[in-house]
Amino acid sequence: MALDKPYLDVPGTTIFDMEQSRRGYHLNQFCMSLMKAGNRARFKANERAYLDEWPMTGEQKQAVMARDLNRCIALGGNIYFLAKIGATDGKSFQQMAGSMTGMSEAQYRDMMIRGGRSIEGNRYVAEKK
Amino acid sequence: MMARITASVYTSHVPAIGAAIDLGKTGEPYWQPLFKGYEPSKAWLKANRPDAIFLVYNDHANAFSLEMIPTFAIGCAAEFMPADEGWGPRPVPRVIGHPELAAHIAQSVIQQDFDLTIVNRMEVDHGLTVPLSLMCGQPAAWPCPVIPFAVNVVQYPVPSGSRCYRLGRAIRKAVESYDGDLKVQIWGTGGMSHQLQGPRAGLINREWDKAFLDELIANPERLAGRPHIDYVREAGSEGIELVMWLIARGAMSDSGPGGTAPHVQHRFYHVPASNTAVGHLILENR
Repeated sequence: MALDKPYLDVPGTTIFDMEQSRRGYHLNQFCMSLMKAGNRARFKANERAYLDEWPMTGEQKQAVMARDLNRCIALGGNIYFLAKIGATDGKSFQQMAGSMTGMSEAQYRDMMIRGGRSIEGNRYVAEKK
Repeated sequence: MMARITASVYTSHVPAIGAAIDLGKTGEPYWQPLFKGYEPSKAWLKANRPDAIFLVYNDHANAFSLEMIPTFAIGCAAEFMPADEGWGPRPVPRVIGHPELAAHIAQSVIQQDFDLTIVNRMEVDHGLTVPLSLMCGQPAAWPCPVIPFAVNVVQYPVPSGSRCYRLGRAIRKAVESYDGDLKVQIWGTGGMSHQLQGPRAGLINREWDKAFLDELIANPERLAGRPHIDYVREAGSEGIELVMWLIARGAMSDSGPGGTAPHVQHRFYHVPASNTAVGHLILENR
């Protein structure tokens, strides 16, 4: 019997479950390596060369270099790990979260000050279509 | 004499709150309403200083990578250093542990069928240090020893609400069997509604959060029965952190037979702190 994954029906959301974690293991472990200042410096000096030290897929490496966090998440990345890339770039968590929504930094910040994104229309995938 | 749990504290642990404190921004218009909500809590903690805090939180890919992912990890060390999460370690005091009480709780709780991971060396991230900063301000040393208790809420599946609630009960039983006149507080941290990833990032659900606070106070057993999907759908993918509040709530006197409902000492709610809704409660055992 297949596993029950009701969270697949939540729009705009990827749950970091065992399947995603398996897919993203090396991507996330690469991110962890950026907790060391020396590694951050080497990564910044030559991103491609640094990424090539990790057994990541070409797609994952491309997504990292493009700073496409939605793509990174689809390929198994987890936001708390991906945040290490943002820290390396000097970005705040809010800037990173906002970058995934299609909104500008100012638009996203203003939405949060006004009380955040409404739950109405955001519960089920079908509501978004 | 025996040790006892005197009170439980619940609070969000947003990293931006720590940064606001560390950078001296607490008086800015954006932050001022939030910190005002914690003023009564700081006074309360000064007047009700415990001998130890059992602090339930989660690590955010700092102490634990994907190499090893413990569901429940109890910190048994004598001290814990603040982690460098990528922006440099927070300038906060080191956390002094309580190895005797931690070892006692580990032994008791494992014998009550909860498989804790015993951790003797660990750095602690904002999940643990931001609640301490909110409740204590910027002291030279934290007011008492702290036992870090890390729960996996990053790698799904995370423990269920009902399991967390029952674990709280086991922790209370463990504390009450400790031979020593200790006043122990248990803190549950994380939440409230927030989502940090994907096109739905920025989700906040005030109604759900308020209902959660109401039910946590008045009917925690029913609240504990809520499935994960309710948290994810209604409170955002990172709102799942709220299951950790049920560990603290399960450790209160009324979770067992004959216990009295706790006194609500303080309740506060504010939106936003960065991407997150902030909730806060103090419950005292009578």
